[in-house]
Amino acid sequence: MCLGIPSKIVSVDEIHQTGQADHLGTRVMVNLALLDEARVGEWVIIHAGFAISKLNDQEAKETLDLLRQIAAHE
Amino acid sequence: MNKKGAAAGPGPYRDKKTIAALLRVVEERRRAAGGPSCRIMEVCGTHTMTIHRYGLKKMLQDVGVGLVAGPGCPVCITPNDIHEAAIRLVTERENLLLAAFGDMTRVPTKIGSLQKSAAARGSRIQIVYSPAESLESARRNPDKEVVFFGAGFETTVPAIALTAAKALEDGIVNYSVLSAFWVIPPPLRAILESGRSRIDGFLYPGHVSAIIGPQAYDFVAEEFRRPGAIAGFEPADILLAIISILEQIAAGRPQVANEYTRVVSPDGNPTARAVLDRILEPKDAVWRGLGRISKSGLAFRPAFAAADAEKKFGLKLGSTDTELPGCRCGDVLKGLIEPPQCRLYGRVCTPEKPQGPCMVSFEGSCLAFHKYGTPS
Repeated sequence: MCLGIPSKIVSVDEIHQTGQADHLGTRVMVNLALLDEARVGEWVIIHAGFAISKLNDQEAKETLDLLRQIAAHE
Repeated sequence: MNKKGAAAGPGPYRDKKTIAALLRVVEERRRAAGGPSCRIMEVCGTHTMTIHRYGLKKMLQDVGVGLVAGPGCPVCITPNDIHEAAIRLVTERENLLLAAFGDMTRVPTKIGSLQKSAAARGSRIQIVYSPAESLESARRNPDKEVVFFGAGFETTVPAIALTAAKALEDGIVNYSVLSAFWVIPPPLRAILESGRSRIDGFLYPGHVSAIIGPQAYDFVAEEFRRPGAIAGFEPADILLAIISILEQIAAGRPQVANEYTRVVSPDGNPTARAVLDRILEPKDAVWRGLGRISKSGLAFRPAFAAADAEKKFGLKLGSTDTELPGCRCGDVLKGLIEPPQCRLYGRVCTPEKPQGPCMVSFEGSCLAFHKYGTPS
C-alpha cells in the first residue's frame, strides 16, 4: 500500500543512515539509505520504513498552481 | 497555509470544486480523442483504491472513460505456492518466527491462511510494517530462525534487499527472506502482447516510478503505441494523468508523461536501483493469472544466497499456480473481468471471509469494489 502523504525529516543519524520523521504529527523511524543525502527539514515519501523519494517543493507548488487555475477557470 | 504545509497536505488535491472542474476537462478531452469511449488500465493497486474511494470510476464512466485494474497488487499476484510455502515454514518448523506485512497473513490457500494456521512449537507469526522490524526480531531472538515473507514491487524490494544485506554484513545468521519480488514493466508487455484486453492507455504507478523512472515504460509508447502517464495518489492526481492520456490519444502521439513530478524525478531513484542491482538479479517468475513472464521477478545473487529462505530451507517454488476453485482473481488481474462478474463475489467471498487475495489486500480490486459499493 503506497502512502502518498509526505513526512518531514526531524533528525538524521548519518552513521547509521537512519532518522526520525514527522508523519501527520506522529514521530516515526525512517531508514535513509535509499537516498543520496537527507537533511533535517526535507519532506520525503516513506515506504515500508524507508524513505524512497524526496518531495520536490517547486514541482509541488507548480502542480498546486495548475489545479487552482483549472478550478478558477471553470 | 505556508508553502511547505501546502506541499504536504492534500489541499486542492481532494477539493470538490477542483475535482468537478477536472472532470469537465476530462469530458472535453474525451470527446476530442474521438470514438465512443476509452479504456485505461490503472496499474497500481493504491490507484485502484483512490479511484473507488472517491467514486471516480463511476464519474469517469459517465464521461466515456472506462478504468480497468491491472496487476499492481503484490499480495494478489503472488501465486499460492509461495503463500503455501510460508504457511509450511511456520507450521512444520519449530522455533521459527515468520514476519510478514499484515495482509499477506490473510490470503486463503488450499492449506488455509497464515493467520489461521497453528504454528509449530516455539514458532509464531509476527506482523510488521517494515522489514527492519523483522531484522530486529532476529537480533533479539538468536535461538530462532527469523524469516521475512517479503512480497513487493520495485517500491518495496529495495528496502527488503537492503535489510537482507545488512543481516549478512552484521553476521546475523538466523535471518532470511522468503522472496516474492516483482517488477512492473514485464507484465505490462505480457498484457499488451496477449491482446486479450483492450487497453487504450496506462495510468502508471506513482511510487514504483519514483524508483524505476519514467523511461522504464518507453517501450509501451514506442513499440505498442499506447499513451500513458505517471500519477500520484490523490483524486486530482489521477484526473490530471487521465487528461494527459486523452490528450496523447487526440494528438496521436503516445508518450510517457509524468504527472507526479513532485515525487517522481526524471531519472527515478538511481541509488535504490543500484541497491537492487547489487543484491538481486532478474529471473523468470510466475504471476497469479498471468503465468510465467520472462525476467519479471528478482532473486538474490549468489553472494547473498545465505539470506535466501528458498535455498536455506530447500523450498520448492515456482511450479504451478494453485488457485482456489471458483476464485477468478487471475482474470481480474488480467483485466478480463470486473469483480462483480465473479460468481463468488459478495456472496461467499466478502472482506470478512475472503476466498481469494483480491478480496484480502487493501490494494485488491475485489476489496475496492466491495468496500466502496462500486457498481459493475
